[in-house]
Amino acid sequence: MEKLLELDRLTKVFTLGSVISRVRITATDSVSFYIKPAEIFALAGESGCGKTTVARMILGFEEPTSGAIFYNGKKGTKNEKVWFTEGIQAIFQDPFGTFNPLRTVDRYFFETVQNYKLAGSKEEAIRLIDEKLRAVGLSYEEFSGKYPNEFSGGQLQRISIARALLTNPTLLIADEPVSMVDASLRMSIVNLFKKLKEELGVSVLYITHDLATAYYVSDRIAIMFRGNIVEMGPVEKVLMEPKHPYTKLLRESIPEADPNKRWDTVITLADTEYEEYLRAGCKFAGRCPDVMDRCKDEVPPDIYVDGVLVKCHKYAGE
Amino acid sequence: MKVLRDLFRDYRFALSFCVLCLLLVLAVLTIFSPYDPTLWGVVPRDLKPSREYLLGTNSKGQDVFWQATFAVRNSLVISVIAGTVSRVIAVLVGMVAGYKGRLTDRVLMFVSDSLLVIPLFLIIVMLAMLIRDKMNLVTLGLLLAFFGWAWDARVIRSQILSLREREFTQTAILSGTGTLRLVLNEYMPFATPLVFSTLINNMSWAIGMEMTLAVLGLVNLDIPTLGTMLQWAISYQAMLLGYWWWIATPVVLAVFLFVALYWLSVSISEYLDPRTRIQRVGV
Amino acid sequence: MNQTILRTEKLKAFYVLDVLGTRKVVKAVNEVDLEIRENEIYGIAGESGCGKTTLLKTLYAAIEPPLRLIGGKVYYRVNGEEVEVSSLSREEKRKLRWEYVSYVPQGSMSVLNPVIRLKETFRDFLDSHVSGKTKDEAFAIAREHIAALGLPQKILDAYPHQLSGGMRQRVTIALAALLKPRIIIADEPTTALDVVVQRGVVQLLKDIQQNLRNTIVLVTHDMGVQANIADRIGIMYAGKMVEEATTEGIFGDPLHPYTRYLINSLPRFGDKTTRESVPGSPPSLINLPSGCPFHPRCPYALEICKEQMPGFVKLDNNHKVACWLVGEGGNGKAS
Ligand SMILES: Nc1ncnc2c1ncn2[C@@H]1O[C@H](COP(=O)(O)OP(=O)(O)O)[C@@H](O)[C@H]1O
Ligand SMILES: Nc1ncnc2c1ncn2[C@@H]1O[C@H](COP(=O)(O)OP(=O)(O)O)[C@@H](O)[C@H]1O
Ligand SMILES: [Mg+2]
Ligand SMILES: [Mg+2]
Repeated sequence: MEKLLELDRLTKVFTLGSVISRVRITATDSVSFYIKPAEIFALAGESGCGKTTVARMILGFEEPTSGAIFYNGKKGTKNEKVWFTEGIQAIFQDPFGTFNPLRTVDRYFFETVQNYKLAGSKEEAIRLIDEKLRAVGLSYEEFSGKYPNEFSGGQLQRISIARALLTNPTLLIADEPVSMVDASLRMSIVNLFKKLKEELGVSVLYITHDLATAYYVSDRIAIMFRGNIVEMGPVEKVLMEPKHPYTKLLRESIPEADPNKRWDTVITLADTEYEEYLRAGCKFAGRCPDVMDRCKDEVPPDIYVDGVLVKCHKYAGE
Repeated sequence: MKVLRDLFRDYRFALSFCVLCLLLVLAVLTIFSPYDPTLWGVVPRDLKPSREYLLGTNSKGQDVFWQATFAVRNSLVISVIAGTVSRVIAVLVGMVAGYKGRLTDRVLMFVSDSLLVIPLFLIIVMLAMLIRDKMNLVTLGLLLAFFGWAWDARVIRSQILSLREREFTQTAILSGTGTLRLVLNEYMPFATPLVFSTLINNMSWAIGMEMTLAVLGLVNLDIPTLGTMLQWAISYQAMLLGYWWWIATPVVLAVFLFVALYWLSVSISEYLDPRTRIQRVGV
Repeated sequence: MNQTILRTEKLKAFYVLDVLGTRKVVKAVNEVDLEIRENEIYGIAGESGCGKTTLLKTLYAAIEPPLRLIGGKVYYRVNGEEVEVSSLSREEKRKLRWEYVSYVPQGSMSVLNPVIRLKETFRDFLDSHVSGKTKDEAFAIAREHIAALGLPQKILDAYPHQLSGGMRQRVTIALAALLKPRIIIADEPTTALDVVVQRGVVQLLKDIQQNLRNTIVLVTHDMGVQANIADRIGIMYAGKMVEEATTEGIFGDPLHPYTRYLINSLPRFGDKTTRESVPGSPPSLINLPSGCPFHPRCPYALEICKEQMPGFVKLDNNHKVACWLVGEGGNGKAS
């Protein structure tokens, strides 16, 4: 099987606090997964569970504590980010933060073209930029010479995707690309990922806490909780028949657009994420409705159930 | 010039701009001065302001008006040297420390912190005493410049530190932009308002510092500046003897200069404030 | 049916900006008629920039330049009597705030003083409205209140920055409910929170409403949240209310094309068929399109939509809509 990107036991430890009260947080704990060409892979979980850390390590903005990243079979090393900017591009959470508010947006496009020598002349550059903008439903005329605040959040997010597409990347890292975009405009972004996958064969690492859009757009999904992948597999299986209690909780927490299906159960929320990070056994034990004794001090094993990876004691045989 | 037109809407800017222009005209007038400002006894002593001697004459036999033109010019030269040189140092140190981080940051910030904690005034006084013989406009300007950058470098550094965490930094990196261009293109626009407003503040600080040093007699008293003019007037007991025009001229000019520079800095920094700037480029 | 507690008449609030000599008017709230009742959760939904926050500010009588009340009135029903809010003195308004009506602003950090512990903030709140409480009594009330809402008590000893965004949001809501106000106005309390925390916030709001039997005006653009919590929903577009109905009415029988887009664009589990966003982008409130502001994005636009704004007409069972396509849309006098 061909793997476009593979993470092998990627671990990142952050040390927080002063010398006296030092806390070590394993923001990602031996995270392994792969992404195939022309595939949308979702990484889901609530905030503070290490999703952004994974993305930043792939993009080279953060150095992993241990583990390795392979792009097209080649290992990325500290000094040689072979894959880095041409093959992998990224779009970010806050569309208004993606571009410098004091500069016109088109400057980033021309800089990308120039830095990667994508065009020989200004006309060629404009043609290329226009082509990418049209792929996201905009055009060069309605964009040139404007500042970020002259666009809506949805437009900016599409502009951001267009910029990422300039280098013809094979993989887009999208870190919560719709969480700050209006619900009514979300689908235009998400549909764009589908289109890019189908028409251009681009893979997407779709990072989100919204399982509904993850279900809609992705092929496979990994559910992350406090640095660990707790469930991973085809999206139909993971989300339609969730196995890990955390996946179930996430799944139920999506408000359904149907007034007859209101939440009737009460949930407990984490007091602080650090307490959960520092738990010895299963990190979810504090909130799990099915908690057992051994969950509290034994780290659950990775188990394959029905083609889905689950990290939970419930599924461990005796 | 759209920028100037926008700025002139602010009455503070318009007023202070006019005052500064007048002072500049004074400075330029030095070219036409009929007297050499360093010579004594070129006119009758101690005359009241009159048609012939607009601001009277002093006990050294100099025309106060023409002395004042030289004083304004020289004080401005010192402050411009001190202001620009210290801005250049502040921007360089702040940006390099903020972006490079690690050891570079620590060394540079140690230097700037040292400058911040030592009693600046005493050091400047001591150095001024040491190089008193070689003191001229340029050396005095550079001396003041060397002590005027530390705080602003710190502010610029912390600004860069927070900008580095903003997502557009990552967008720029993903666009293949190198470090130098990134700092200049992305961060400089945020630092310019600070640089401008502190430039002007720094200039007034330099003028004030020069006056203090002059009154203490620590500069070359042969070069007419606002400070030395005042120093001479004081040492000749101008006040006691009722030669108010001699002492009032440098004081009034200095006050005008300070107020004009202050208003200029306030209105310019308001204009350049990223927040109002964003509003302005908006919809 | 419950009595009306908060009512507006042709409310108009514009931002009047002077951008370097040129006057710009942002028509953020444009002739809005609302009747919000006692003991209900009234949801307001719409795209960002359509004027939801501005509407809430006028409802809370927190109008500050550049925002200006151009026309219309806001009425509260206080102790059975209707009062017109703009006629109140500053002192009278201050007394109503937090005790009668409280406001949880967007982002909401601004309510919490960053340099004091949360219990001090709670005490300040009590002090400013209920006099003669000792420090310990005040802390006890705060603790009781926090516990009743199911929040951990130890947060009272924390500073705001030590809490996560979701916890801060819930503390702000708890604070807003402290003096048992009859109306709580909440601006996007669930936006930018992740789904689990969002559910916690919804749970908290529902609890408060059930305990106090008061009115909550809840703004959020997330229709899923609206479906889960609201009793009635108003849909806002470009400064105007375009549809209002019970939650069942809005979701079961959406009439305005914009409302239909809002609902149909939501992804659902078990259904991967393509969903479309509202086409086009929101109009500029400085330069509104003629007629119905939605017509440039509306696939069903008629000639008349380009010329005249439809009236906000009441159909049967209290469903109101402003659209030329619907029922006797043309009946309502265009304004
Ligand atoms: N640079 C950093 N220094 C210290 N801790 C960090 C840093 N970045 C992230 N963390 C911590 O790591 C955890 C995971 O964070 P993050 O990857 O941002 O989660 P997510 O994107 O899922 O919300 C959090 O507890 C966060 O506080
Ligand atoms: N302080 C302000 N000055 C000028 N315009 C503003 C101000 N606040 C909001 N606006 C404008 O008013 C409109 C409505 O804004 P708002 O009420 O915040 O919308 P929403 O809450 O629905 O996102 C927007 O077009 C916005 O740009
Ligand atoms: Mg994140
Ligand atoms: Mg708002």
